[in-house]
Amino acid sequence: MGINVKTLCKDEFFYGHKACAGCGGSLAVRIALKVLGERSFAVLPAGCMSAVGFNFPQLCFGNNAVISTFAGTASMLTGIEAGLRAQGIRDFQAVGFAGDGGTADIGLQALSGAIDRNDDILYICYDNEAYMNTGIQKSSLTPFGARTTTTPAGKNIRGNLRPKKNMFEIVAVHGIPYAATASIGDLNDFMEKVEKASRIKGTKYIHVIAPCPTGWGIAPDETVEVAKEALDCGLWYLAEYEEGSGMTLNYRPGTFASVEHYLKRQGRFRHLTGDDIDIINHSRDVKWKLIEKNLGVIK
Amino acid sequence: MKPYLRDRIPETLAELPDATAYEAGYLVTKNAGWRSSRPVIHQETCRGCLKCYLYCPEGVIFQDGGKVKIDYDFCKGCGICRKICRFGAIEMEEEK
Amino acid sequence: MARKFLSGNEAFAEGIRLAGPRVISAYPITPQTIVVERLSEMVEEGSLSAEFIHVESEHSALSCAIGASAVGARAFTATSSQGLLYMAECLTYASGGRFPIVMMNANRSTALPWNIYGDQRDSISLLDSGWIQCYVENAQEALDLALMSYYIAEKKEVSTPFMVNLDGFVLTHTYEVTDVPEKEQADAFLPGYETENKLDPDHPRNLGFSVGPEHNIAFKYKEHLGILHAKEAVREAEERFAQIFGRQYTGLVEAYRTEDASFVLITLGSIAGLVRETVDRLRERGEKVGLLRIRYPRPFPNKEIAEVLGNVRAAAVLEKDISFGNEGTVFSNVNSALHKAGIPVPVSGYIGGLGGRNISSEEIEGIFADLKSEKRKTMFLGLGGEGEWV
Repeated sequence: MGINVKTLCKDEFFYGHKACAGCGGSLAVRIALKVLGERSFAVLPAGCMSAVGFNFPQLCFGNNAVISTFAGTASMLTGIEAGLRAQGIRDFQAVGFAGDGGTADIGLQALSGAIDRNDDILYICYDNEAYMNTGIQKSSLTPFGARTTTTPAGKNIRGNLRPKKNMFEIVAVHGIPYAATASIGDLNDFMEKVEKASRIKGTKYIHVIAPCPTGWGIAPDETVEVAKEALDCGLWYLAEYEEGSGMTLNYRPGTFASVEHYLKRQGRFRHLTGDDIDIINHSRDVKWKLIEKNLGVIK
Repeated sequence: MKPYLRDRIPETLAELPDATAYEAGYLVTKNAGWRSSRPVIHQETCRGCLKCYLYCPEGVIFQDGGKVKIDYDFCKGCGICRKICRFGAIEMEEEK
Repeated sequence: MARKFLSGNEAFAEGIRLAGPRVISAYPITPQTIVVERLSEMVEEGSLSAEFIHVESEHSALSCAIGASAVGARAFTATSSQGLLYMAECLTYASGGRFPIVMMNANRSTALPWNIYGDQRDSISLLDSGWIQCYVENAQEALDLALMSYYIAEKKEVSTPFMVNLDGFVLTHTYEVTDVPEKEQADAFLPGYETENKLDPDHPRNLGFSVGPEHNIAFKYKEHLGILHAKEAVREAEERFAQIFGRQYTGLVEAYRTEDASFVLITLGSIAGLVRETVDRLRERGEKVGLLRIRYPRPFPNKEIAEVLGNVRAAAVLEKDISFGNEGTVFSNVNSALHKAGIPVPVSGYIGGLGGRNISSEEIEGIFADLKSEKRKTMFLGLGGEGEWV
């Protein structure tokens, strides 16, 4: 009995916002709230989604929603959940939508604390792979080789030199009840994961790749395609971690699609040389060996 | 339920709230002006699969009698719907 | 009502138990730790029904309290010094969001150098944050303010967070006999928290939004008016408190033997106890001296200060903070009050007690002696620096 487009609630909770045309992050927020429903209490830190959705008096959330400090998504969620429960209010969904910077960098401490306490909250990281709201600066989830405004691609250094932080694995190794990766290129998978998480008590984490046309250098109508291509070429993966059953891989491409094609269609990677692409291909292979090795091992 | 356009824009000291709190889903401006082209749905070709409705980042495609329609007040013309439709039922037309 | 031998921290914790917050976010820092420890014991034994959250930092402590307040729950947290500075971005968040959170701050010096002892640099350096700030003198006042702070903060026309300050160690860790009221009395005094400034399943709202250049100043104006309303709310709260508990407080300031005083010492917090004793001793020798204790530097008691000091020959501010590059902040505020009222009384500024350094009654007598010259003097007590501050 999976959730699908026909059973999905018809209400719209995120509407009239000022995100760029074709914004991946807004699609993730819109769909998650449709799954979670009208008794959602959403927390969004400083970042794209809060910046486009809360410009008084244009208030684009139809459900209860609040902006938190940049570092405070998880801690504010903790307080909201406790405050509602302390007043005897039941049947609500406390959900956070934070970007990659707000999760893996400045928000990591509070997220770790919430997981440690097993607060009953759903934390969704919409990953556009840089600090997009402030103008495309590098975060710890910016992939190797990407051009950002703080990792310019020039003669001496060709873009970002560090790999993506293994955020999903970091969260899983806390022993969280449920964590998952997702992509807006596969909304059926994303919806099912949001719905599954909503039925679990304790802390849940979903990490959804959400391309940003502006920052990635793609056309606005390519967002969903590129988000799917990331899965097909293996640079992102669909997996879940659950207490008890450990790590599960949801999708293994038969043969990987071309990493080079995925990279070269994006302006942020266009400067990469053949050697750079070889490095990326190789690290993709190493990562997948590790994923396959870890299946069923991290409990 | 859906955030919707309101008649009144709060402006005076009395109308502005005392705290940073206000009614949810209160809209005062449209996004229509962002478009340079608009998606047009050919209803005869449309099979009602709802993929465009699902993948629209704005949520402006809504269900209507087994098919879909578009709220042009808030469509930004990104074109994702045209790309995602397997049946070629959506075309982008230049805004006049 | 029970009489118990309690430290300042313990007394404050009893007051919080009586106030009944629904959510307590706790992160330990010396010299506040006893407060959160006692509260956890009360939750464990069932005398306090609250969600006790072991947050992982001070920033999260206040962020969590804001979250709870944002859904209409009464929230409490406590901190000190480095922790207060670490959560500083959340201070303006709470005040701008008009969330009536109560926070206890154990006044402690701020690094560098490292020092865990009491001075007031931590909270005085944050007077602009938009929080009501009260400085208590003893354990009884600490307990009473734990209750009164919620009453004042939660008044609709106030809707402002409230910081109650206790001097680190000298008040937090010293013991006094304290009246601990019954829960019934506390419930009669403090109504439940009701507000529309919250996320509500029955009335969805969007909170914590952005406001651009056109209207932002209007929100700040309303915030300023809100904290100013606390002046009247303090008066009303103290009247109600006196009726139920039999203890009458004196508003934004406490004026001790100032009616006919020639020389008045102005200060905050627990040092006032020593100043009071010194005033009594000097009065026995026929000296016309008095003490003006500022209980609430925010909202600032401009009117009360002008009234008390209008006819004195000279006054001195003794404070445990310094605004580097200028003068003591309380000194600045007092001078402004007098200047606005057209009162030409010379005011001297003494910086003392930094890093928990002892202030002796001899030094206080020395200040009163200095005042007789009716010259303005500014200095670090026991060190000098007089006349170098221009």
